[in-house]
Amino acid sequence: MLQTQQESKERSITDVFLEDIYSIPGGEKIKECIQCGTCSASCATSYAMDYTPREVIAALRAGLLDRVVKSNTIWLCSSCYYCTVRCPAGVKLTDVMYELKRLAVEFGYVEKRAKAPVVSKLFVDIVDKNGRISEVELVSKFMMKTNPFAALSMMPRAWKLFRRGRMPLMPHRIKGVEELKKSASTIEELSGLHAGTGKTVEA
Amino acid sequence: MNKAYDKSARVVCEALGVDLAELNDWNCCGASAYMSIRELRAHLISARNLALAEKEKKDLVVVCPACLTTLTKTNHYMAENPRLKKTISTALKAANLQYYGSVKVRHLLEVIVNDVGENEIKSRIKTSLKDLKVAPYYGCQLTRPFGEVDDPEFPTILDKLLSWIGAKPVNYPLKAKCCGGMLMMTKEDVGLELTKNLLACAKENGAECIATICPLCHMNLEAYQDNVNKHFGTDLKIPILYFTQLIGLAFGFSRKSLGIDDELTPSKALLEKHLEVVR
Repeated sequence: MLQTQQESKERSITDVFLEDIYSIPGGEKIKECIQCGTCSASCATSYAMDYTPREVIAALRAGLLDRVVKSNTIWLCSSCYYCTVRCPAGVKLTDVMYELKRLAVEFGYVEKRAKAPVVSKLFVDIVDKNGRISEVELVSKFMMKTNPFAALSMMPRAWKLFRRGRMPLMPHRIKGVEELKKSASTIEELSGLHAGTGKTVEA
Repeated sequence: MNKAYDKSARVVCEALGVDLAELNDWNCCGASAYMSIRELRAHLISARNLALAEKEKKDLVVVCPACLTTLTKTNHYMAENPRLKKTISTALKAANLQYYGSVKVRHLLEVIVNDVGENEIKSRIKTSLKDLKVAPYYGCQLTRPFGEVDDPEFPTILDKLLSWIGAKPVNYPLKAKCCGGMLMMTKEDVGLELTKNLLACAKENGAECIATICPLCHMNLEAYQDNVNKHFGTDLKIPILYFTQLIGLAFGFSRKSLGIDDELTPSKALLEKHLEVVR
């Protein structure tokens, strides 16, 4: 596993990206992007992005993918799939964004306290541990890791929700959690054989 | 977080004779967060739920559109990519599970509209919601990317249901636009902007409340109204109700039994004005 990660670091981020994207059903459509900008115009959050979705593909073609991966763009994608359903070339842009998020984490292009990667990693940890998500655990760990002081400003709403029974405190652990871990380690073993789709990152 | 949704969905399904059986030992689908960190294991945890449902020879009904899209995506990608299917199948086998691909994943809204249908629903109406103007809010992942439930950009399935139960769905141009989802946690100014647009659009079109079909949309629209108003200097206050709560009201169930007592923006006054027992 370690060796695989080192190897992938030696390959350029563009190589890894393309191999992974081509392995997604319909992933090769990315070659057919005509730079029309329908994705950027359809995107609810492109107004706040360093690079719009159209520019993501332009950057890929210019060999500047690393700039995009380091930018705020990928973490502003909320997975609403508007770009994906509207793209006249059939590019699965939401899947592209997911891939770029994974590469950002794998290649270490995220700041330690960057909120979106932190919350995603915590989400993964909790699901791996229990098989289910616990909102209270997710939010409290998230606040501790990003900005403990800001937790204070969230208290009034948290209290209101809690008082109304909208914040279940007891986490639930599924019975099959150990079996799920066995499946997960099988995936880890197999991913050494399948570079590309087999990319799994330790959170 | 979505106790009210759970409660109201069960009450309504029981009334309609929709026999829901909770999937034994289901796990979280991972939503968008898991897929942002790991790809294969995201498909694995989805596939576990599909395998458990297949073992019970049942289809999966979900009330959350993120679950719908996540599970459907794994379903499709496993069918379309033999290598992925092989990898996931091998991993499932380690947990004594297998998945052949026979399960269909459906959202409860679509089950109620398409399987139960207009006549059955109308025959159970005991309370009139007459003239209650509702903005039908679909959000993203009910119809996108797969478009199996309804048109990906201009869905009407919830409008239809609302009119069956006697409410008046208003024109709501942003009905399928994003609420920001998790951005409310990670990029609050963007989350607030998107939520503000949705609330303002509903108000502008004369809606008295917004109907939701997603627990995260519900949370963003319902619990962040104070933050929106503080941030933008607006005065946007509008009750947010799950579609199951609205059906339940029309069927004559009490607010309490539908979980309509735990809101931050109360709907009590509005509902008291509108609800009228018809039989």
